[in-house]
Amino acid sequence: MTESQAAHAAMASDPRYRALVQDRARFGWLLTFAICAIYFGYVLLIAFRPDILARPIGQGVTTLGIPVGLGVILAGVALTAICVWRANRHYDPAMQALREEHGA
Amino acid sequence: MKGPYVATRCAMVLALVAVPAMALADALTGETQQQATNWPAIAMFALFVGATLLITRWAAKRVRSASDFYTAGGGISGFQNGLAIAGDYMSAASFLGISAQIFASGYDGLIYSTGFLVGWPIILFLLAERLRNLGRYTFADVASFRFAQTPVRLFAAFSTLAVVVFYLIAQMVGAGQLIKLLFGLDYAWAVVIVGVLMTCYVLFGGMIATTWVQIVKAVLLLGCATFMAIAVLASFGFSPEAMFARAVEVKASVAAAGGASAADASKAGSAIMGPGGFIKDPISAISFGLALMLGTAGLPHILMRFFTVPDAKAARNSVLWATGWIGYFYVLTFVIGFGAITMVASDPAFLEADGSLRGGGNMAAIHLATALGGDLFLGFVSAVAFATILAVVAGLTLSGASAVAHDIYASVIRKGEGDSDSELKVSRRTVPVLAALAIVLGIAFETQNVAYMVSLAFAIAASGNFPVLLMSVLWKGCTTRGIVVGGTLGIGTALVLTVLSPAIWQDVIGNEAAPFPYSSPTIISMPLAFLGIWLVSLMDRSGRAVVDREGYEAQRFRAETGIGASGASSH
Repeated sequence: MTESQAAHAAMASDPRYRALVQDRARFGWLLTFAICAIYFGYVLLIAFRPDILARPIGQGVTTLGIPVGLGVILAGVALTAICVWRANRHYDPAMQALREEHGA
Repeated sequence: MKGPYVATRCAMVLALVAVPAMALADALTGETQQQATNWPAIAMFALFVGATLLITRWAAKRVRSASDFYTAGGGISGFQNGLAIAGDYMSAASFLGISAQIFASGYDGLIYSTGFLVGWPIILFLLAERLRNLGRYTFADVASFRFAQTPVRLFAAFSTLAVVVFYLIAQMVGAGQLIKLLFGLDYAWAVVIVGVLMTCYVLFGGMIATTWVQIVKAVLLLGCATFMAIAVLASFGFSPEAMFARAVEVKASVAAAGGASAADASKAGSAIMGPGGFIKDPISAISFGLALMLGTAGLPHILMRFFTVPDAKAARNSVLWATGWIGYFYVLTFVIGFGAITMVASDPAFLEADGSLRGGGNMAAIHLATALGGDLFLGFVSAVAFATILAVVAGLTLSGASAVAHDIYASVIRKGEGDSDSELKVSRRTVPVLAALAIVLGIAFETQNVAYMVSLAFAIAASGNFPVLLMSVLWKGCTTRGIVVGGTLGIGTALVLTVLSPAIWQDVIGNEAAPFPYSSPTIISMPLAFLGIWLVSLMDRSGRAVVDREGYEAQRFRAETGIGASGASSH
């Protein structure tokens, strides 16, 4: 085993590394379920209760469907931003620190 | 145009280029006619072509290795890559097709937009960074990372070429129709022009030129859509409510003019503000939603863009930029569609005697351009629409060429022992072959209904590439045999069920009731692929399976940390 391979192996078996990778994966799945729930919730609403979305909000012609539909798009962008923000702020520095510590 | 029947089909085809939405065709059955030669549009387009050829010349000097050719040397920034990805996704059809869908039926257009958008977060949450850390040039690098190279590469190359060819045919047919419509050029000439220009970009400029052409086009398209949406809103004092109210009024008066009773006319008016006929049955809706959402994560020409950035962080940032731009673009399209109802549907200058849209159903955004900015702006919008198709077909061709040269030639035939120069030579020889194929198929399919082809491409991506990628990256027990059997099962099922679905069984072959009644096969074919990969891997007792499973830890370490990943090249 070369020196760098040994460093990699040590890092891979570090419990902090394992916890970090697990936490990051769990966060990714959580966001995946969130976007799936939002999108398929919207599709099922259209399929079974379109009347809810066709209901006007307030006095005018604007219906509930408009903010809900635009909200699905916005939610997609927002969840993406949350994921990137957390990775840049939290996961990247934590991983970098581990790499430096292990010389990997 | 050979007759109203053909013309109707062409209008449907045009609507569906790169918009994998069969139901869209329902709304777009107006005729298309060849327009008078549009000189301002041709001049604007010539300007765009000149600029992109200059970019290609600049890029050609920088393409020295296979890495430059496939991935621009890994030197594209997250922001630039985000724009290029958005450009790949904002096709002429999502601009013309979705705004036309909104023009025809209002709210339903928004449902498509949401489906196209939500695939992007999934790519980021599950794949983007791992792709960048494991791959070099193609998604097959990732899928075959710890497996036997030959079978997995062959599978990946086959599925890449299948997706690319179906997508290319739809783009070429759409390009021919669009150019005929906008520029008044002959169909065959239009297809040949697209084929030749795209060959120039890819052959000489590789990924560097393909990316920059895509970026230029994305900026032009976003700028032009922003101007249109602001101009529309400005005419209503920036009140969306006033715009919607006027649109409802126009739709009601159009219905009343068509002989509807007062009550029916008012109902037709308010119908555009809620979901209409888009979703016919929940199974089709979910199946189609799955294909849109997860197919995006399996499109080879999209996945290859993640290898053009230097590291996982840039890959991540590029998805955020792309999602932001695409979301913004869909909001603009929504305003443009409603704006077209208020300004185009009520203006006899844009209508035929029978009240249908002059030039065909897809012309809503184009007529709106005239209404807002006169002939010059019309020319600009037409040129941007054409540029959009060119940029998308260039990306597709590059993806197909990399599958042939990198996956088949370098990895299977030369067993990874060939040099970068000979691999580059093979990719460059593949480009004109693919272009010729695209031109021939584009002309052959002129009068065919190719509406199902982009849908099929998405279904193949969602049922083959996506399960294969996800399982190989995330599941330790996955084996070579499981990947190849499960992936092939998914793609095969998607192909067979598409042939048995109404879009081909009834509309193309002309049979009676289709054996598979739903509009997308994904709800069956994708779970089948996952099941196949899981079961076959589980039962795999071969020697290779032991190697495959033992390779997981090393693969996972690299996927999570990026240590050992190929970085940006030195220049």
